[in-house]
Amino acid sequence: MAVIKYFNEMYQGDAVRTPYAQLQDWMQSMPAELRQMKQAEAENLFRRIGITFAVYGEGGDPDRLIPFDMFPRVFSAVEWAKLERGIKQRARALNAFLVDVYGRGEIVRAGKIPARLVYQNEAYEKSVAGFVPPKGVYSHIVGIDLVRTGPDEFFVLEDNCRTPSGVSYMLENREIMMRMFPDLFRENRIEPVDSYPAKLRRTLASVAPAKCDRDPTVVILTPGHFNSAYYEHSFLADLMGVELVEGQDLFVEGEFVFMRTTEGPRRVDVIYRRIDDAYIDPLCFRPDSMLGIPGLMDVYRSGGVSICSAPGAGVADDKAVYTYVPEMIRFYLGEEPLLKNVPTWQCGKADDLKYVLSNLKELVVKEVHGSGGYGMLVGPKSTAEQVEAFRLQIEADPGNYIAQPTLALSTTPTFVADGVAPRHVDLRPYCLVGERIELVPGGLTRVALKDGSLVVNSSQGGGVKDTWVLAE
Amino acid sequence: MLLTVDHVTRYFYDQPVRAVVQSHRLTPSLFDGQRTVNWKVHVSDGQLGGGFRDGAGDWVQGWTVLGPVSEITVHVTGVIETVDCAGLLRGHREVVPPECYLQCTAATEMDGALAALTEGMAGRTDLLSVAHDLSARVSDAIAYKPGATKAHTTAAEALALGEGVCQDHAQALIALARHLGLPSRYVSGYLLADGDGVAHEAAHAWAEVSLPGLGWVGFDPANRCCPDARYIRLGSGLDAADAAPIKGTARGPGQESLNVSVSVSETEVGTGQSQVQQQ
Repeated sequence: MAVIKYFNEMYQGDAVRTPYAQLQDWMQSMPAELRQMKQAEAENLFRRIGITFAVYGEGGDPDRLIPFDMFPRVFSAVEWAKLERGIKQRARALNAFLVDVYGRGEIVRAGKIPARLVYQNEAYEKSVAGFVPPKGVYSHIVGIDLVRTGPDEFFVLEDNCRTPSGVSYMLENREIMMRMFPDLFRENRIEPVDSYPAKLRRTLASVAPAKCDRDPTVVILTPGHFNSAYYEHSFLADLMGVELVEGQDLFVEGEFVFMRTTEGPRRVDVIYRRIDDAYIDPLCFRPDSMLGIPGLMDVYRSGGVSICSAPGAGVADDKAVYTYVPEMIRFYLGEEPLLKNVPTWQCGKADDLKYVLSNLKELVVKEVHGSGGYGMLVGPKSTAEQVEAFRLQIEADPGNYIAQPTLALSTTPTFVADGVAPRHVDLRPYCLVGERIELVPGGLTRVALKDGSLVVNSSQGGGVKDTWVLAE
Repeated sequence: MLLTVDHVTRYFYDQPVRAVVQSHRLTPSLFDGQRTVNWKVHVSDGQLGGGFRDGAGDWVQGWTVLGPVSEITVHVTGVIETVDCAGLLRGHREVVPPECYLQCTAATEMDGALAALTEGMAGRTDLLSVAHDLSARVSDAIAYKPGATKAHTTAAEALALGEGVCQDHAQALIALARHLGLPSRYVSGYLLADGDGVAHEAAHAWAEVSLPGLGWVGFDPANRCCPDARYIRLGSGLDAADAAPIKGTARGPGQESLNVSVSVSETEVGTGQSQVQQQ
């Protein structure tokens, strides 16, 4: 088997790449005891803040911390500028696609994407067809998962158009690094990320509904404290200075949605919801939902409230639709995609299925609707038995799987038990789309802490790092 | 035909409820087969909510009742002028593509017995005849019997029982049509009884099948015909629950009971006939 050469973001041969120049000294000047002390200090800080992450179905300690690695991941201003253009381009195209498929469906009529993939998609919401949300935005926070394979090689792994989580880690990781290593922030010119909550709030306020004639009241709607991302919901509400509400705190009366407060009902204009479409309105979707607000969709459709992300946005981030995003960029924007897609085989297509089944050992296979690193096969890292078991699953329901080549994910230096070692990373930036389109310089870097592992999901032994973008 | 509708739905609660929210599809569709002369929906103690025309062309209207109330009456009255379009939904504006109506729901899920009703149909290209044949097979397989089935009875269950009402006929036909790759949907509305001896329900439901070149075409297996001037179309959905003319919730421990009466009568000089149905 050929040895795969991974791109190390810090070293080019023996030379240190420019963005990491300062970190070389920092790393070398830190003896093991100091490092251990700092690591313990970081963990204490995270515990005190209360940032934890529970994973559905995994059992164990719901208050488990995601491991934090103190070694920052660094992008130069030039690298970031290029990424930023690509991310914004993609976010624009995804929103144009959503407005289109809930409207005239030009992209389907033009034969650029199969009708079945769009209109028979579980995430397509017939109930919002014909509706254009304020400013023509369906997905207000687009989380785009990127991996790097070379100095100028980035690939988009997947798009998250509904309610991408993890931005609280981007903010907390920075906060903790600044507290522990203030010198680093004096020696390096690092772009701040702390404007994210203000920008998020401005984005949400900018899509207030037609019937809102005053300073919009924004709320975050959470499923409740048992949800794995509850910490993030309350954290963002706090930083934005808006109320955190559950379904039972809101009610529909007449043409509007109101929030119960100690001073009486208060009209709500924009709901940043962190619950799935199926649960937001028992009258429109799942009648058994206890989390939602009866009548919300009627108010939404008649322009009395905005819902972010807009119901139905999920049809754009489906893993089978993903294949067509480069086509969307060409179709709606008339531009060539700046960020590449990972070549993807759709097992629902006979030819693709044949290829996938004969090359399982080399491929990564994922469920179309899966997330969190579950239900996937990493061919090169799996035993023959695992591969054969997965083969049967694919054969039973080919349309439910896609496959991609195993990418040579870049590594960055990471603190491990006996020093510093390269570990694989990915990146999730959070693009805000409202009246304008904005990106704070940074994102969430996830790191596969296990030696050799390519799976960065926190549920599968992944950790997080602070992500730096250097000023020019 | 000039049809007069009087449709009263009464909800009774054994303990008062608050915060009642309803979503209505109670406004006649806009298409060549019908024209509204006048139409009114009234909800007792109700406050008018948001209203809009959805992607399927239906007018959806929200209502709320603050409460506490022990009874709510939804009263629909109006006069509609209809013409026979031979089941075609001509001049109806909608943006939802027909492909959306290939999606299966729990109430329209296929089973072996339903699949058997499509025997010999696959591969046929005379799709209009296929749809007529499917409708006839459903009529033969499910005998009209009020009270035999419930609101949540699925197409497969109704077929196993061999009995049902218009809802069961419509959902069975939808299941069969989708199975053959024909987009199909549930339609709710009203029907004038014309005294030809076949059982009728004034609050009625039928199915529409999307056919190449024709668009949406209505089929009413319960009455072995296509909708004509006796029918008033209100709204559509993937199945009965999705197309329900009234959806609602209320807050409180009270148990709900329901009483519906519908009368549809022809308003022509000297030829008034009417029908009253109690549930």
